[in-house]
Amino acid sequence: MAEAMKMRATMEGNVVDVKVLIQHPMETGLMKDAKTDKLIPAHFINQVVATLNGKTVLDAQWGVGIAQNPFIGFRIKGAKPGDKVGVNAVDNLGTKFDGEVVVA
Amino acid sequence: MNQLRRAFLKNAGAVGTVAVAIAAGLLKPGAVFAAAWNSLAFTAKDPAEAIKNAGYSGAAESSDIVIKAPDIAENGAVVPITATSNIPGTTSMAIFVEKNPAPLIADFAFSNGAEPYISTRVKMAKTSIVRVSVKAGGKNYTSSREVKVTIGGCGG
Repeated sequence: MAEAMKMRATMEGNVVDVKVLIQHPMETGLMKDAKTDKLIPAHFINQVVATLNGKTVLDAQWGVGIAQNPFIGFRIKGAKPGDKVGVNAVDNLGTKFDGEVVVA
Repeated sequence: MNQLRRAFLKNAGAVGTVAVAIAAGLLKPGAVFAAAWNSLAFTAKDPAEAIKNAGYSGAAESSDIVIKAPDIAENGAVVPITATSNIPGTTSMAIFVEKNPAPLIADFAFSNGAEPYISTRVKMAKTSIVRVSVKAGGKNYTSSREVKVTIGGCGG
């Protein structure tokens, strides 16, 4: 589901600034459907891993409190233009999301 | 989701292909993820319990953790939070919104050159203390600030 993820990685000095947007409803499981009055089941991304040239740089666990269509920004020291930044994510239903971007 | 799965199975051609993929670990959910999801910490309703279960208890207050967040958030559904730790040797960072039904928002572990910096957007049910805790050199540190919410992020 690469189309669900948008990424940008730009150099700022010797640090690469990475911004990631993932399309996801991030349902908490606590909200009611206005029409049916039934609880909407929890559906949220709970694990996210970022890599630089295949090496893990960020290993994250998320709860339901991350806003809908999650945004995450992080920085990696020692990267250079042409390096590859990858992101893998999975939600509580097992759906996987991944993206890759070349450092500009 | 089901349709997607169906399409996938169809494209795979034969069940055998899928079995091989599973055997190769390609379809194992969370194969690249180092640790199992910390459900104990993420489902805790009490902030102190969430902090404890996430492994950030006993933290010393530190002004070297810089939290950037709005003083007043008009929309609690999307509150931008940026946190930076200036404590040398910071290996992980967790964000807590103390008044949320589930106070632990996220826990980030840094390695291989990642800076102890995170920018994200969180949900806030109501006005609350936003707490950022970090682990550095075997010790825990924490900092917090209040964010006022005018419209809650949980349909309220």
